[in-house]
Amino acid sequence: MRVGIVTFPGSLDDNDAARAVARAGGEPVRLWHADRDLRGVDAVILPGGFSYGDYLRCGAIARFAPIMSELVPAARVGLPVLGICNGFQILCEAHLLPGALTRNAGLHFINRDQRLRIESTGTAWTYHYTPGQEIVVPLKSGEGRYVASAAMLTDLTDGGRVIARYLGRDPNGSAAGIAGVSNAAGNVVGLMPHPEHAIDTLTGPSADGLGFFAAAVSRTTAGQVSA
Amino acid sequence: MAEGGTVSSRAPGAAGTGQDTVEDAACTPERAQPYAELGLGTAEYERIVAILGRRPTDAELAIYSVMWSEHCSYKSSKVHLRRLAATMARSDALLAGMGQNAGVVDVGHGYAVTFKIESHNHPSYVEPHQGAATGVGGIVRDILAMGARPVAVMDSLRFGPADAPDTRRVVPGVVGGISFYGNCLGLPNIGGELAFDRCYAGNPLVNALCVGVMRHQDLKSAAASGPGNKVILFGAHTGPDGIGGASVLASATFGDASAGSAAKRPSVQVGDPFMEKLLVECCLELFGAGIITGIQDLGAAGVSCATAELAAAGTGGMRVELDAVPLRDPSLGPAEILMSESQERMMAVTEPGSVAEFMRICAGWDVPATVIGEVTGTGRLVMTWHGDVVVDIPPSTAADEGPVYDRPAQRPASQDALAADDAAALPRPGGAAGLRDTLLALLGSPDLAAKTWVTQQYDRYVRGNTVLAVPDDAGVLRIDEDSGLGVALATDGNARYTRLDPYAGAQLALAEACRNVAATGARPLAVTNCLNFGSPEEPAVMWQFAEAVRGLADGCAALGLPVTGGNVSFYNQTDNAAIHPTPVVGVLGVHDDVRDRVTIGFVSPGARVVLLGETRPEFGGSAWAHVMHGHLGGSPPRVNLISERQLDHTLMVAAAGAMVDAAHDLSDGGLAVALAESCLRGGLGCQVRLPGDPFVWLFGESAARAVVAVRPGRESAFTQLCADHGVPATVLGTVGGDKLDVEGCFAIPLTELAAVHEHTLPALFD
Repeated sequence: MRVGIVTFPGSLDDNDAARAVARAGGEPVRLWHADRDLRGVDAVILPGGFSYGDYLRCGAIARFAPIMSELVPAARVGLPVLGICNGFQILCEAHLLPGALTRNAGLHFINRDQRLRIESTGTAWTYHYTPGQEIVVPLKSGEGRYVASAAMLTDLTDGGRVIARYLGRDPNGSAAGIAGVSNAAGNVVGLMPHPEHAIDTLTGPSADGLGFFAAAVSRTTAGQVSA
Repeated sequence: MAEGGTVSSRAPGAAGTGQDTVEDAACTPERAQPYAELGLGTAEYERIVAILGRRPTDAELAIYSVMWSEHCSYKSSKVHLRRLAATMARSDALLAGMGQNAGVVDVGHGYAVTFKIESHNHPSYVEPHQGAATGVGGIVRDILAMGARPVAVMDSLRFGPADAPDTRRVVPGVVGGISFYGNCLGLPNIGGELAFDRCYAGNPLVNALCVGVMRHQDLKSAAASGPGNKVILFGAHTGPDGIGGASVLASATFGDASAGSAAKRPSVQVGDPFMEKLLVECCLELFGAGIITGIQDLGAAGVSCATAELAAAGTGGMRVELDAVPLRDPSLGPAEILMSESQERMMAVTEPGSVAEFMRICAGWDVPATVIGEVTGTGRLVMTWHGDVVVDIPPSTAADEGPVYDRPAQRPASQDALAADDAAALPRPGGAAGLRDTLLALLGSPDLAAKTWVTQQYDRYVRGNTVLAVPDDAGVLRIDEDSGLGVALATDGNARYTRLDPYAGAQLALAEACRNVAATGARPLAVTNCLNFGSPEEPAVMWQFAEAVRGLADGCAALGLPVTGGNVSFYNQTDNAAIHPTPVVGVLGVHDDVRDRVTIGFVSPGARVVLLGETRPEFGGSAWAHVMHGHLGGSPPRVNLISERQLDHTLMVAAAGAMVDAAHDLSDGGLAVALAESCLRGGLGCQVRLPGDPFVWLFGESAARAVVAVRPGRESAFTQLCADHGVPATVLGTVGGDKLDVEGCFAIPLTELAAVHEHTLPALFD
């Protein structure tokens, strides 16, 4: 399976995402923000970083990048898309995911090995995990505090769209401890922590993150997963 | 900014451009010039007049003032640094050495690594966030200019007393600035130091290190060669920030109210890490395209330094149209453009036929690029402004032939009293409870407390090659995924030791950095250094400096390591109080396979805990004397570089042979602190029995020591290894349980150790 990784100006974890895709057995395909071309990939990852320097608001400029004019319609008809950290922020800005990511409660950038509980396995990116599975992946962000309206939070919880929650000491003040959410169809997922930094114990705290990439790689038909 | 304004607001020259031209200068030899305000001495000014055969123009004066500043010219340190340069002759790993933007060493498999540490002390006191941020940005561009991809940063930080109100202003600002810039730039922060002492109250030390990787053939030079080749300035536009930063900040003391003129207003630059990220990627694409014939970063002294150094190192001549420099503030004049320290700029030389491709690559990264001049064969650096010549100088006179001072050095008489005030006479803790309390006090002291509050603000994972970082002994990076080739880096300095004995202190810093690198399993290969001292105009400070450099040079020679580059920071003093002499030594080591790396953590129940090296009652400058008694006196631990070398080699072989699964260097706080850290890192306790006076064994700071955990089943092989290398090995006990249990002294639950260790920095700075 060919998994596209978009590089925006200021993307930082694009190489890491590509490495994770390859480690999971997939073919990483590099996509450039200025191209209106998804190169026929089977899934797309928006990697972490500081696209456009986080100027204006995290993800606010990237959502207008030329490649997004291809990505947004494709995502609406089922293309699996994973936004990690800054990618999650971009997906929220692009209205592919609800809510927003704001400044951490402690006002500091936080990098730590974070315990998570996988809440929903009914998405294109989490079906390799078991419901309730605990994993450890790095969290590293300054604006990772998830917020949404009370009604939306209820919808997300009731609809099985909270894909992961923080465990242990609250890192950033996210509503309901939310670390990641999906769209209603389950093909678009945003996750604040970084599974691409947890693909082996040499360079990460665990290999727990591989499941996200294995999920994209082992899909056999587009649109296999439904909410 | 005020300084630059002084220059440009002078009376307009005769040519009517509003600027002082070379023609004007020749006609008006009598005109007074503000050289003193720019930090030049009268003799230095007279020398400029002699070089040019006339008075300098305002723009020329700007160039000489920044290029001949202490910061850029090393005028007070040069005569001593020759000792360090001599260490390079003995290395065959060196591909580029001192005098380049950064030293480059061969690490095998066709890879080369470049690394350097540099100070940004004064800006970080004035404006901690931007001062520290731009310190990171500056050292990253030095590494980039060698042709390498920057792959990691480290920072070595020293502040005033942890509980002082101003420290609470400076620490969060500095840490936040490093976090902001390094994280946004996408470079993992893999280690460093954090220390607090009264002597840094008005003068914190912010030393930033960057390491980069390239293939051998990618090495670039900072030389403008080939007449007709084009000179391109690219990156951020030039603004009025940091004008005179080099001459003002690094050449004088803050709060010098005795000066008749207005107080020097430091001008701190403002960093844009996003632009730097684009600049890094853009440069790497330009390197890959093979169209760069010479490249130089713009740091201190901005366009002055880049043009003068490129020209001096190349064919020798360059013509520059200053009007072409893209400006953020259109009111800037030539002198200000020359002195601006606007960040995120580079200067490159390319053949005329490659200009179009150069511009195309820059446009792809949204990096502004402008041809501002060309290489000439005239031997002169000539700059024009609105068609008039405002600069016409031999570039080497600015870049390489600045003043050199062999300043008087004198061992201060007070040094004897300091040495006589032996820490051995201090009251020692009584009984088991006293030892327990001492350990907890040390472990919770700001210098030895967990650094989590700092390191959790840094991205350590980006780029996916970080194998070890704080709290392990050294940062370890993977370079090659297939072979596992990697490097280890540690920075160390102990200012208390250096205050007591600068020669020994510098060697102890070197030895500790080597030990830290070796503890992870790496082979020490090369050295960088950042020499932070008070005013070179004080003979006592100059003595400290000369002794420290001599110690470092002798130490490197004894260990067979080249010093590949570094940085000197003088004038670290507030009013008349100089900081402790603080040489910070960075050591780079090579891992043939990072999968063999060893952490400090105890992870295998039943592993044998062994202390390597000889323990003596050495407490001069120790953490115990400092924390428990506020005392500094006596002699630092004895230096034995042969023992250090044997120990380092033993640690390397033990790691490669999978004999140990934990190794931790002993330094501040001695064995007690090392054991506590190893227990906390691995989450397992240990039971140990000490062979002698528990106070000496727990808290003494003898050098050339490390504690290891020997893998079950490998005991005899390890014992033989130590015997073969002549390293004393004392079996202390075994790993296991949930307490640090020292027989007859104390058994402290790890939960209690962790609480004490983790509590301090958040309580101080959150």
